[in-house]
Amino acid sequence: MTARSIRGAAAATLAGALALTAAACSNPGGTAAGAGERKDSAVVGIAYEPETLSPLLGYGKDGNSKIFDGLLAFDAGMKLRPALAVELPRVSPDGLTYTYRLRKGVTFSDGHPFTAKDVVFTYQTVLDPKTNNPSRTELDALKSVEAVGDDTVVFRLKYPYAPFAERTVLAIAPQHIAAKQDVNSGPFTSKPIGTGPYVLTSWSKGEKLSFEANPRYWDGAPQVKKLTMAIIKDDDVRATRLRAGDLDGAILPPDLAAGFAKDTARKTYAAKTYDYRTVTLPTHHPVTGDIAVRRALDVAVDRQAMVDKLLEGAGKPAYGPVPTDSEWFAKGTERRHDLDAAQQILDEAGWKPGPDGVRVRNGVRAAFPLWYLSGDKLRQDHALAYASDAKKAGIEITTQSGTWEIIEPRMKTDAVLAGGGTPGDPDFDQYLLLKSTLGGDGFNNMAWYDNKTVDKALEDGRRTDDTVRRRAAYDIVQRELVKNPGYTFLTHIDHLYVVNDRWEGLSTQTEPHDHGLASGPWWNVETWKPKR
Amino acid sequence: MSRRLPWGAMARMTGRRALFAVPVLLAVTVAVFAVAAASPFDPVTAYAGTAGLTASQENLDQLRDNLGVDRPLVTRWWEWLTSALHGELGDSSVMRRPVADVIAERIGWSALLAGAAFLLAVALGTGLGVLAGRRRGGLLDRAVSSAAYTLEAAPAFWLGLLAIWFFALKLGALPAGGLTDTADDTVTADQVAGHLVLPALVLGLSQLPWFLLYVRQGVGDALEEDPVRGARARGLRERTVLLGHALRSGMLPMLTLVGSRVPELITGALLVETVFSWPGIAAATVQAATSVDFPLLAALTVLATAAVLLGNLLSDLLYGLAEPRVGFDG
Repeated sequence: MTARSIRGAAAATLAGALALTAAACSNPGGTAAGAGERKDSAVVGIAYEPETLSPLLGYGKDGNSKIFDGLLAFDAGMKLRPALAVELPRVSPDGLTYTYRLRKGVTFSDGHPFTAKDVVFTYQTVLDPKTNNPSRTELDALKSVEAVGDDTVVFRLKYPYAPFAERTVLAIAPQHIAAKQDVNSGPFTSKPIGTGPYVLTSWSKGEKLSFEANPRYWDGAPQVKKLTMAIIKDDDVRATRLRAGDLDGAILPPDLAAGFAKDTARKTYAAKTYDYRTVTLPTHHPVTGDIAVRRALDVAVDRQAMVDKLLEGAGKPAYGPVPTDSEWFAKGTERRHDLDAAQQILDEAGWKPGPDGVRVRNGVRAAFPLWYLSGDKLRQDHALAYASDAKKAGIEITTQSGTWEIIEPRMKTDAVLAGGGTPGDPDFDQYLLLKSTLGGDGFNNMAWYDNKTVDKALEDGRRTDDTVRRRAAYDIVQRELVKNPGYTFLTHIDHLYVVNDRWEGLSTQTEPHDHGLASGPWWNVETWKPKR
Repeated sequence: MSRRLPWGAMARMTGRRALFAVPVLLAVTVAVFAVAAASPFDPVTAYAGTAGLTASQENLDQLRDNLGVDRPLVTRWWEWLTSALHGELGDSSVMRRPVADVIAERIGWSALLAGAAFLLAVALGTGLGVLAGRRRGGLLDRAVSSAAYTLEAAPAFWLGLLAIWFFALKLGALPAGGLTDTADDTVTADQVAGHLVLPALVLGLSQLPWFLLYVRQGVGDALEEDPVRGARARGLRERTVLLGHALRSGMLPMLTLVGSRVPELITGALLVETVFSWPGIAAATVQAATSVDFPLLAALTVLATAAVLLGNLLSDLLYGLAEPRVGFDG
């Protein structure tokens, strides 16, 4: 027996003796009522708690909130479908006016009717600078919004913005409640009222959110009548409580999800995502700013090995923000792992191996620092693997960890292991990552990427609604990234969920980088049916 | 113990301590604001969360302005203090709600957990300590002492995981976390009681060794002192000797411990609340700290400081009662 196991055995025995006495006096008959004994209830474990449930502060901006609806919603493949609007919007030929006709007879869960006024109120409040909404930039194109009668809303844009309709999945708040209180800290931020399929019955912060099916939901009352989202930050605890039967489903990291692979009562769902990990190669650094170095790194890196070893197969190699299985991916821009090619590129560019194996050109060593967010094991693993691949090509990368406060001031010249990803439209990620004018604008274009061809293609891509022309524009962007990569994209990461096999109709939606409440197989829990 | 309690002396000590608490609390709030202002964490980044990673600089600057985080330290502290004295604790930026609401809905659960754990640790610690101290070096003493040392070394977090694994997973006897059954959202007394068992047990066990070892030492030493030996020699019953004489002097060091364990209890609660998804104040404290949420952090720090001061007062009062020669300070 090792010391640790002796200690464990001793503590367990002692704990056992004590707890049995304690349990006997305070909890007679006390067995933990397993979750989901009722067929029409579901309990899921999530890792992150939302700070707010107010759409005005950013909740539900990507659609698919259980409490609220947007004018439009995304289906499983991230195609738009009408929600509070009866149909997709009519767009004026110049792309500057979007007109939505609203569904009639919809009420908020307090019985108050939903009208165009609520839509106008929601958008205007989000645009108000006094509203502390960190996602306001996403509505940058919006100039004004007005109601025409009770059931029509017209949006006017400052410039043509093709993916604007994708932004109108934003959850709609009730004016008659939210307008009467402090938008930043009023009770509405934690006691929301919406039109959605579920009504929040309680939010015990740090513990769980409880929902009940909205019997008056305009799209039909859900069959899962009770939905509970338990907030369990620690991965091991979440896996343990899932195994204990306390949860019906949970999000788990790859290594813990693997433990449920042979469990016949539970199924594992791997959600495809836009969640990428990438290395920024700052234009302002003498080494990473050199196109030869960037191209060499792009082929020196072994992406498949990262998928196999770091993600246990749950993911795929990434060559840009657009995943390889997206319809917007430019076929033929995949880069194979090819160390010889990397060496050759560097040789031709004049980077000659120095005495210590690190290449040198004109007295500059091919070396740079790479930062990753401290505490994020996945980013650390990616950073170390990347540094080790680069070393084989003669480029020395020093990995360093820090918080964003430490990393941010250094982003102009130091490389960063970054993550991100927003499905819905190819404009969302590519514009923010690659547009030269956004270099150093907050966390946008962290690499200060500057490429005139890309800039033009990005503008072309967002200013037209024509799919063929848009595709051509984003093809140009992706091909430019092969010639001059401003980032080394490494992987797209699957999100894994383990769920009791008790329902029909489960699927996963293409997911973004951050794990919202609505991610996972429960993205459409309102359409689940209990298995007989 | 039929003599009257010295109410007057106790009240005077309490009054003196309360006066003394004012400058201490003020100093602590200043320190909190200073430390938070000097911390490398950026409140705006924390507020924006993942959305901040795609927000424009203009958007972030506006947020910074709205949240008012760039005003001088002294200004912010003074504003906070004056409004706090009027009972207005401000809005928590991380919770998006008034600080008073955040604290009100959480503090009861933390107090319940900490209180139950504390009682458990004191009761069990004293009981086992007396038994162990009675015959030092005996089988029971060796078993109990080594268990106590083992527990002292075991992190509360790890104990919590172990408890979940054993009671929730292997035995299925107790719930693994939360305040009520996960699927249930009505808070009833028996539900809470059932869910309290494991977290209180783990937190209590992590505090137990100190009490146990102190009592054991105290009782053991007292049994070897002349008055006790004399009592024994006079043929008093073992029970009387043990409880009436030895325990009384053996308890003294423990009374001091009661107060000094309060900070430990607060930090222990932090880990235990996390493991068991207990909706208490501890988790909010960490969030407030890492998000530089000045109003929430300041209020919580004042609370924690007050708890520590109260704990010390309590133990000094008890000590004064148990050992009249020490009296009440001043």
